[in-house]
Amino acid sequence: MKLSNLKVGEKGTILSFTDLDLSVKLMEMGCLPGEVVEVERFAPLGDPMAIRVAGYQLCLRKSEAEVIIINK
Amino acid sequence: MDIKVALVGNPNTGKSTLFNRLTGLNQKIGNFPGITVDKKTGFMKLANGKGAEIIDLPGTYSLYPKSSDESIVFQVLADSKNDSYPDVIVLVVDASNLKRNMLLYSQVADLGIPMVLALNMIDLSEKQGIQIDLDKLAEKLGVQVVSISARNNIGIDQLKLAITNTNKIATQFQDVDVNSLAPAAINAIKSKLNSDNDYYALQVLHQHEYLKFFTEREQDEIEAIEQSHHFESAKTQAAETILRYKNLSLILSDVVTDSDAAKKFTFSDKLDSILTHKIWGFAIFLLILFVIFNAIFAWSSYPMQWIEAGFGFITEAGHEYLPAGMLTNLVLDGIVAGLGGIFVFIPQIAILFAFISILEDTGYMARVTFMMDKIMSKVGLNGKSVVPMIGGLACAVPSIMAARNIENWKDRMITIMVTPLVSCSARLPVYILIISLIIPSKNILGVFNLQGLALMVMYLVGVIAAVLVAWVMKFLIKTKERSYFIMELPIYRMPRWKNVLYTMYEKSKTFVFEAGKVIIAISIILWVMATFGPGNRFDRIDQKYASALADTTKNTVHIETLIATEKLENSYVGILGHWIEPAIRPLGYDWKIGIGLITSFAAREAFVGTMATIYSVDGGDEDTSTIRTRMSSSVNSRTGLPVYTFATGISLMLFYAFAMQCMSTVAIVYRETKGWKWPVIQLVYMTAMAYFAALIAYQLLK
Repeated sequence: MKLSNLKVGEKGTILSFTDLDLSVKLMEMGCLPGEVVEVERFAPLGDPMAIRVAGYQLCLRKSEAEVIIINK
Repeated sequence: MDIKVALVGNPNTGKSTLFNRLTGLNQKIGNFPGITVDKKTGFMKLANGKGAEIIDLPGTYSLYPKSSDESIVFQVLADSKNDSYPDVIVLVVDASNLKRNMLLYSQVADLGIPMVLALNMIDLSEKQGIQIDLDKLAEKLGVQVVSISARNNIGIDQLKLAITNTNKIATQFQDVDVNSLAPAAINAIKSKLNSDNDYYALQVLHQHEYLKFFTEREQDEIEAIEQSHHFESAKTQAAETILRYKNLSLILSDVVTDSDAAKKFTFSDKLDSILTHKIWGFAIFLLILFVIFNAIFAWSSYPMQWIEAGFGFITEAGHEYLPAGMLTNLVLDGIVAGLGGIFVFIPQIAILFAFISILEDTGYMARVTFMMDKIMSKVGLNGKSVVPMIGGLACAVPSIMAARNIENWKDRMITIMVTPLVSCSARLPVYILIISLIIPSKNILGVFNLQGLALMVMYLVGVIAAVLVAWVMKFLIKTKERSYFIMELPIYRMPRWKNVLYTMYEKSKTFVFEAGKVIIAISIILWVMATFGPGNRFDRIDQKYASALADTTKNTVHIETLIATEKLENSYVGILGHWIEPAIRPLGYDWKIGIGLITSFAAREAFVGTMATIYSVDGGDEDTSTIRTRMSSSVNSRTGLPVYTFATGISLMLFYAFAMQCMSTVAIVYRETKGWKWPVIQLVYMTAMAYFAALIAYQLLK
């Protein structure tokens, strides 16, 4: 499933990416295959979202979270 | 300087704090060619008495740039002939988030420049229960590792000592087999460029388009190698990142021990649940915006009055004691007045940047972006554009400087382009004067004053125009940069008050020295145009009134006012006002308003003073009731009809709402975008918009 489908508090392990360019940026920011991500919160208007990954908090738009395939 | 040191690191690692800590006020700001980010250099004394030049490179997560500002990091580190090419790199990492920060270390290390690793925020990471074995890390990396806290002044001396002790030849291990990523292409580049560095060759393959030091022929040859070996940039970058992280996991596995992983973020999380809350989040943000607006609008008015009074005093005293003549007039009315016009902005700039640096430092600004992104990105703006736009209600100049905090180039440009449309405080005197002329002061529905409503409508017009123009520019401005919103949300921290003071000082200084040049130049041109006229017109005016002035039995104040009026009419400004009359007649203006439009370029509120001179009001711009009476009774000499009708008034207010009549804004846009392209585009589009809005309004209402 996609990271953007998770609800607040849910965790998943990154499997792969569906967009090569975005995957480069995401991996540089610590979102590597095998890392566990947890959804921390959504912005008040529902987008973007904040996730906990690699020991810090990262925010990204839902459209960007859509390219991250995870295993819940 | 004996050696050059470059600070390299991720954003939010405290790199700038370290820079301030090492250099004190011993810094200067220059330019990197072609990009908008400032080049910050400073000086410090090392332990052995030698001097070092320090350059603070833009924060980046990787050597692969995502923006033109980030691309400067590799451009400096790749080019040994670059002025800024360092002898030593200090790689600053956040000790509480070592692994992600070390990706950049691993890339930079492979370039083969001598380096020192500085683990910043060591006190914070220890508090979070993270233990780092420095000796083991140093041994595994092959470089000196120093733990510091720039914020609390821990380990700075050890860092200086480590810089002094750094070998001239790089000692770091290069564990990652870079060559395996694209062996044939890398080897071809290496033999082409006579380099023995695999990673340098790989980086050249990736981003030679950004590198200015290659000749066109070299660029073509590199491109040819790229093509013939089917080099796939994104795929190779992905493979490299995975390879580097694998290696880092291995290195860090028995170096970092994290005892208390779960509890460390509870404080930040609690704050976030309030500060980004659906209702409280916006309420608190609105409150903060109100405090900022109030501060730059109301608090800054006191120091601004002192500055104005100070420069007024210098001018008056100068006229009294210096020998009268053209040179004195140039110095006092041209240059001193111009300087006064520059210094008067300092309170607003300093106050706005005090707030912005507190909001950035605490980590709150990142949350603002997070909350506002959805609304602002719809119209082509950024979450961070909110602060410049609100600041624009007071003054566009500090607000445009504040757009610097927007990382995305396109978002920053759009913010800069539309901020002057928000009605600033200099428009207020003009709006008030015209509203009092054309809108009756009466209440409707019992409570709403019609004049107050009209003023509010003018402010709304400004904001709506800014949003609409931003939306249009979203489609017009093209960029190669992909717009990301993948951003770190740093943990909340106390602001560093010293940094706040540095920022206030640095921004004020930059404005005075960089934008000041342009303001002085325009100020002198305007002075010359208002003080001189062609031929002997001025002599004739003096002769005409000479006898009246000589009669000491009468009050000569009004005669001097009449002279000033006639001289303004016959000056170059006056002639220009007459000359543009055919162009502005369809807007309902006469040549007198034309003169006002031209002098307003010094600052919009100058319109009121100009009207005072043109209508021969003895009290100048202080005596608004006389100005109002004179203006409302003035008739057009051509048609015999009153000049200030409802239609002309609305037309004039719309013109002031949209036109770029502010040399200080032009100057700051020039300084912030590092060129004349954007200020000229802005001047043209705003003037055109003002002209057509005024034209349509007048033609419909007359």
